Formats: sequence, C-alpha cells, structure tokens
Amino acid sequence: MNTAHAIASDVRAGTRRATDVLEDFLGRIEAHDGDVHAFNTVTADQARAAAASIDAAVDGGRDPGPLAGVPVAFKDNLCTRGVATTCSSRMLEGWQPPYDATVVQAMTAAGAVMIGKTNLDEFAMGSSTEHSAFGPTRNPYDFARVPGGSSGGSAAAVAAGFAPLALGSDTGGSIRQPASLCGIVGIKPTYGRVSRYGLVAFASSFDQIGPFATDVADAALALGVISGHDPADSTSIPAAVPDFEAALGRGVEGLRVGVVSELTGSGRNRAANGGPVQGDTALGNAALEDAAGEVLDGIDADVTERVLEAAGALADAGAIVGRVSVPAVTYGLTAYYLIAPAEASSNLARYDGTRYGLRIEGADVEEMNRLTRRAGFGDEVKARIMLGTFALSAGYYDAYYGKAQRVRMLTRRDFDAAYADYDVLLSPTSPCVAFRFGERADPMTMYRCDTCTIPSNLSGDPAMSVPFGTGAEGLPVGVQIMAPALGEEAMLTVAAAIERAAPELAAPRFAESSTGGAA
Amino acid sequence: MTAGWDVVVGLEVHVELATDTKLFSAAPSRFGDEPNTNVTPVCLGLPGSLPVLNRRAVELAMAVGLALNCEIRPSVFHRKNYFYPDMPKDYQVSQYDQPICADGWLDVPGEGRVGIERAHLEEDAGKTTHLGGADGRIHGAVGALVDYNRAGTPLLEIVSRPDIGSAAEASAYVEELREILLAVGASDARLEEGSMRVDANISVRPAGSGELRTRCEVKNLNSLRSLRNAIDYEAQRHIGLYEAGEAPVQETRHWSTDGRTHSLRSKEEADDYRYFPEPDLVPLEPDPDWIERVRAAMPELPAALRERLCAHGADAADAQVIASRGLAALVLGAVAAGADAHRTVTHAVQNLALDGAELLEAAQLASLVQMETSDQLTATQAKAVLTHMCERAPGAAADPSAIAAELGYEAMDSGELEALVDQAIADNPEAWAKFCAGEAKVAGVFVGAVMKATRGQADGQAVTRLLAQRRDA
Repeated sequence: MNTAHAIASDVRAGTRRATDVLEDFLGRIEAHDGDVHAFNTVTADQARAAAASIDAAVDGGRDPGPLAGVPVAFKDNLCTRGVATTCSSRMLEGWQPPYDATVVQAMTAAGAVMIGKTNLDEFAMGSSTEHSAFGPTRNPYDFARVPGGSSGGSAAAVAAGFAPLALGSDTGGSIRQPASLCGIVGIKPTYGRVSRYGLVAFASSFDQIGPFATDVADAALALGVISGHDPADSTSIPAAVPDFEAALGRGVEGLRVGVVSELTGSGRNRAANGGPVQGDTALGNAALEDAAGEVLDGIDADVTERVLEAAGALADAGAIVGRVSVPAVTYGLTAYYLIAPAEASSNLARYDGTRYGLRIEGADVEEMNRLTRRAGFGDEVKARIMLGTFALSAGYYDAYYGKAQRVRMLTRRDFDAAYADYDVLLSPTSPCVAFRFGERADPMTMYRCDTCTIPSNLSGDPAMSVPFGTGAEGLPVGVQIMAPALGEEAMLTVAAAIERAAPELAAPRFAESSTGGAA
Repeated sequence: MTAGWDVVVGLEVHVELATDTKLFSAAPSRFGDEPNTNVTPVCLGLPGSLPVLNRRAVELAMAVGLALNCEIRPSVFHRKNYFYPDMPKDYQVSQYDQPICADGWLDVPGEGRVGIERAHLEEDAGKTTHLGGADGRIHGAVGALVDYNRAGTPLLEIVSRPDIGSAAEASAYVEELREILLAVGASDARLEEGSMRVDANISVRPAGSGELRTRCEVKNLNSLRSLRNAIDYEAQRHIGLYEAGEAPVQETRHWSTDGRTHSLRSKEEADDYRYFPEPDLVPLEPDPDWIERVRAAMPELPAALRERLCAHGADAADAQVIASRGLAALVLGAVAAGADAHRTVTHAVQNLALDGAELLEAAQLASLVQMETSDQLTATQAKAVLTHMCERAPGAAADPSAIAAELGYEAMDSGELEALVDQAIADNPEAWAKFCAGEAKVAGVFVGAVMKATRGQADGQAVTRLLAQRRDA
C-alpha cells in the first residue's frame, strides 16, 4: 500500500525505511515524469537527506510525526527555502525564497519529505496547466489531455503515483478541478483554515492551500497537518483544528444533503427546490422532479448523472437528500473574473525587475519595468492584469469591482439560506471530464471550467472533489461536496461515504506497468 | 500685502510613529544602519509574504487621535497602487475612506481652533539614491540604489481642515501638534530630520467670503520657516494670478531653496491609484476597552500643563518654553514639593536649556530652590549647581546639597561679608563718595571688589544691601 497512512504507519513502526519509500517514488518519477511533466523541480538530493534523517529519528526511538517518511509534492507557488519557486513563470525562473511557507514547515515538521515542486498555470491563472511557461503537464489517464489546473502538476503527480500527497492552491477551483480530472481527492479548506503565508499570491481574498491525495483518509490526514491559526497570516482563523479523520467513520444517517439545482440542470432528474426528502431513491421521487429556476448550461450530462448517482448512494446510506436552489451561483463566474483579476493586478505589480526575478534593463526605471513585465509574463497573466487594472480604474470601480463585491455578498447570503436546510451541498466539480490540449483555447470556454467551483471561493466556504465513476472515454468524474464555513467534518463524512459507494477507478495504465512496485 | 484677500491653509502632517518595529513586520524600525539590513520578506515585498498589523502603532495612532479630540472609528486598510522602485510591493498600504481617527480639533495657542478632518495609518516607502546625477537627484543619473530599511515604517497622516488663516497660525499649529506628539510619545517629530513632514494646501479667497478656491499642495517644507515662507509666497502667487484675471491650477508644487514654489511633475501622468480594500488584512475595530486603556495611559497634555504653570505664576511665554522643553511636570512637581514658584519657573526658563534637565527629579529641583531662597546659595551658585545636577542626573549623584558642598559653596557668615564690604569702601574712597552722592551704578565697584576677594562666592544682592545700609546709616 502506498497511501500516506500506510507509509507513515510502516515508517513509524520501523517496518519500512523512509529512504526506501523515497527511492520507490523517485524511480517512478524518473521513469514517467518525462511524459507527464508534473514537476518543475525534483528535489532528489534534499529529499534523500530528509528521508535519512527520518530514518535516523526512528532508529533513535523518536517519532517523526504523522507523515513520517511520506513524500510530498508542493505546487511551485509555495515558497521553499533555497529551492526554486517559479510559479511556472519566466518572471521568477530560478528565484529561491529565503523562507519556507507555513504549510511547508508544517508538513516537514510532521515528517513529510519534499520530493519536488509541481507545474502550474503561470501564477495559478488557468484551468489546464497549458499556461505554464515551462510547458504543459499531461493527464496520466491520457497524455493527449490536460490534467486540469491550475494545480495540474500536483494532481498529476498524485494520480501518476509520483507522490502519495501533494499540496496545491485553489483560487477559483485550482485544487478541485484538477483532482476531478485526474481521478483523485482534492480539498479546498475554509478560507482562513490554512495559513497563506508563503503562498505566492494570485487573488488574496480567494487563495487557499489544500491537499491532494488518492483517498479521502489521506486528504483528511494532510488537512489536519496544515490547518491551524498562523499569526503571520492576518486572515487566518483562530479556531481549533478538529480531528478530521474521526469524521470519516461517522455515518451519513440523518445528514441533510442538497443537490444544487443550478449546477445539475442537464441530468435526467431535473428537479426543483423540493426540500429535504427522506428515502432510499430520493432522486427518483416525484417531489423532486420539477423544473428548476435558472440552470447553467455547459455541464455535461454524464457528469451530472454521476453526481445524481452519488446523491442516490448517500440516500441509500441514510442521508436526507433533496434539491436546493442557490440562485447567486449563476453570477459567480462573472463576479470572480472581476475581483480575482483586480487583486491579481495589484499582487503582481511587484514583479517590476527591481528586487528579484527577471530584469530586462532599460534606459530608465519605467522602461525597465515595462520591458521586464513584457518579457516575464505570459499572455494569460497579461490579460488578467489588464482586466483587473481596468476593473479598479476610476470611473469603472463601482460598475465592475463594486458590483462584483455585491454579488459576492449575495452568494454568501444564498449559501447561508441553503445551509439553513442542508448540512452539505453536492454538484459536479468540473462541467466536463479531462479535455484535449487546445480544446478550450478560447478564454471564455476555459473560464467556464470554473463554473461549479467558483461559488465556494466567493463565499469562502470549504469544498472538495471526490472521484465517482467515469464519463466520456472512461475518464474520471469528480463530485463536489460543499459545506458551510469551518464545516470540513460533515464534508469529509459525506466524502468518505461517496468514496465507499464509488465504482472502483482503474489506475492510469502506465502506473500499473510501473517498475516501482506497489502502484 | 494680502489686502482684500483671506489666506486659506490646510495642513497634512506625516509623522513617523515611535514603534520598535515596522507597521506590518517585525523588522526594527530604525534608521542609519547599513542599507537593507532592517528588512524581512514583508519589507521587501517578497512573493508569499503577508502583513501583520503592529498593535503599538495602532495604540499610538489612537493616543494622538484622542489628544486631538478625534473619534476613534473602525477602519479599513486599502492598497494605493502605483509603480515606484522604493515601494516594495508597488502599492502602499494606507487607510483611505475609513481612517482610524476622524473629526477632531486642535486649539492653537494664541490663534483659533483648527478642525482635524482625520488621522490615518500608512506605511512609509524606502529611500532611493540616484547615482551619477548632481546631488543624488534623478536628472542625469546613471543608476539608482534603494535602501528598504525605511520601507514599512509606520506613519500617521494628520489632516487638518482648511481652517488656518495665516503663515503664523500654520506655524503655531505645527508647533502645538509637535508638543502633543512628544507628550504622548507618538513620535520624536523632527521636521529637519523628516520624522515629521508637513505638506500645505494653500488657496486664497476674497476677504470675508466663505468659498474655497483652487488649492495647491506645497511639499518639501522641512522647517517652520520654510512653511511660513511658502505660505506667504504661494498666497501672493494666487492673489497675483487672480488680480491679473487668471487662476491657479490645482497641482502639487515643490518649495525650493530659491524661495519660490515650482510645479512638480506628478508621479504618474494620471493620478489613478486604483484604491481597493487590502485583502491581506482584516478590518481594524478597536473595542471600547482598548480605547479606554490607551486614554488612561495618556499623560497630561501640553495645554493642560501650561494652564497649571500659569496658575503658578508663569506667564504664557514661559509656560510655552517650559512645556516645549518637556519640563512642565518637573516644574509643577518642584512647586508641589514646596519650592518657590517664581524661582522655579525662572530656573526652568533661563537655566535649564540643558541636556539632562528632563532627567532631574522634582524633589531635587525643589531642594535647590529652597537652598537659594533661604540664602544658602547665591543665584550664581544655584545656576552652577543646577548645571552639575543636569550632568549627573538622574539619581542621588544629582543631589544639590552634596554638589554645593563639593563646590565649596558654604553660605558666607554675615560678619565676614560685612568686613569685606567695609574693606572695599576703604579701598575706594572716591567711588564711595559718588555712591553716597546718589550714583547707584558705582555700586558695581564694591560688588566687584568683594567678588574678587571671595573668588565669586559672595552673594551680590547681599553686598548691595550692605552698601545701602552703610550709605543710609
């Protein structure tokens, strides 16, 4: 077994050496990352030293912690002291932070071993990893397809068996969508649950760090390690961290699960806001079969069907399942694509050639700024900086940024109303399965990948993706579970129940054929 | 020279707050060190770094606000976006439309009451030195060096309403504001060194009209004199324009050593700072308990101290001098301990413009004044003892009786003094005749002789008294 739980348990018990575990994973990276390109940097030497010190601790009778000897991949926008942190941008190529992100410290302190830094859409702006300055990452299930994004490298690394755990960041769905497309579990925690200190900012009021894992239990384990108040992040919540793993074994009996009508419109069971209904085939219930209000199009029917099947499985397990309308989610995409670029335009101003990263000399400071930014940023980043600059400009602020903030408040209000009746909400994670490279080159088409995930970023609430069956071409489908702020426990309880009911997902073929052993 | 016109001035005063660390990082808030040593990832705007608000800076801002009769309000930090190499993040974090202090006033001694619109917190930028250009200025420079030690230093910007009607009033406002900043310990408030920076918004209007006309903001006012001169110059410039049928344009101007203001090119062609709420910080909402703790810890303010000094016989000018030297508490303490108020005030004004004066203990000053008023020390001796006290303060080393003994200032026995006076009269018969004939000023001959004989230890007033007795006998 190569789950984080199994590895840590074996290493702590002294039945496996952290160094052997590491070589196993490094071997698979060596064999297959040339095809996948999950990593920008593989930190093999540093990892070997870290694994050796874990083994020494065990030999010395000390407990290295709950992630003892577990290799972990960090998205390349998480600062790692002395290790290049590029954000997959020419702007930061080779830049080595003088400090570790709080989450990197937490993972290392728990015994995890950093195995490398993973590819992403430049500065986390994208949904396919096609916008990396260093070339795209390929989906381990089909090399002709994207792994999703922006944390595509982290998702592909876990799916390909290059690391049992990875961390990513989620601003509009950048953990959940690639988790869905790669057939693994990904969690976006409550905004403020995990410290952002050391995460290179894209849109500060949305950015949140979270884990990728092959199963819900591993994801819960990693979430527990990285959660908690950090005085270095003013937006971090001073709340106690619950025992997330304890939530996994709780049954779903009596839990109220709402399927979001606006995000599941094209399924067979179009239904209205019928309220919770008890029953083992609730979604077949006549009370739920009625036309919903506004329903977003562009969500593939097979994806919606998997979500409804998952809801049915929950009902079978004793949950109270119903349809719920969250009207503001239909405006989420528009609001997000004003606020996030606005914040990004300010966050990315610092890349001006003066202090670090790329510098293209000019005749004066202004020319240096201009030439550096022209050469250092890719087209998608430039487009969003321009969009955000425009949205904040005098005379346009109220109409764009101001109005988008009001939509954000409406979204919170509509979610609050839904959570008055339901403990968790269900929807697809991604409107579609993994798509082919170039298939969504048009920005608006690409942005629609985030339709289902963005609402939770607007509200700041936790959400996660769990695999449930396959869609077109046998590719994985993810179900999104959303919960109210700090409601990760109920979310994980439901995720574990969906996981138990899910059809077995075949591992990517090349992983099966790996020489690395227990894939 | 401004006949028919009123001058209208509002002042924006930036003060560096006297915190140990910066507004959003734990780096020391200290200047003069090796460049770029007092910096953290936050000060340099490194990717991934985040700001954490300094509680002490908030407390100092609240103390200033309370001293200026402001309301302390929930506030929000915004980002002010513009590209500049000494701005590490290319935006400045500043309070914008929701400042921490609002709607107060300051009573300017000898002038009127000036409204305080707001006082808000913001971070300072680094410091750029241009290489190769004349005098480190940008023109002709071949390169630039940036020191980020100052980046992130907490600033409080105190904005007055346009209630100031003259250069003299503006100057008095700044002086009084400075007294308050020093009293509450918010800043060392040094104009010349830049820890207090004043920008003046200046306009004129027909005398008696209530209107507000186009204003110009004048910068680079690094002394009270330049503040006064710039206001006079700028007001005249505006009046000249209006009287010539023209009008000033709203702009930022630079006060120059040539005694004029010059139009400044703005930092950006268009002034669009794209303010929006800083998402890395949460709103600042000081609870009433915190505000009350800050209020309770505040010292007596300069105006109240001056009032008490005046109640003890100081005139307004003396009170101002004493308060501005930070000696009001010392003087009032000495008087409370039984020292003669007039002598104490006189010492504070005439003899205590010394380093160390602020370290004296009220009881020691009281004891010195009592030695003097009981004729154990002459005025000259008392001054000398005071000088030594200031050098040795604080502590027992500054005890005046020990210092007087050490200097050999024993009170002279009156028989000995009378003998010396008689000797002086005998030695100067002609002068004595003139003195007896009513030429009071020749008394100096006898006083001088006695002083010479006693190497300055005699009490000059006692000698004069003895001379008069002998003449009138």
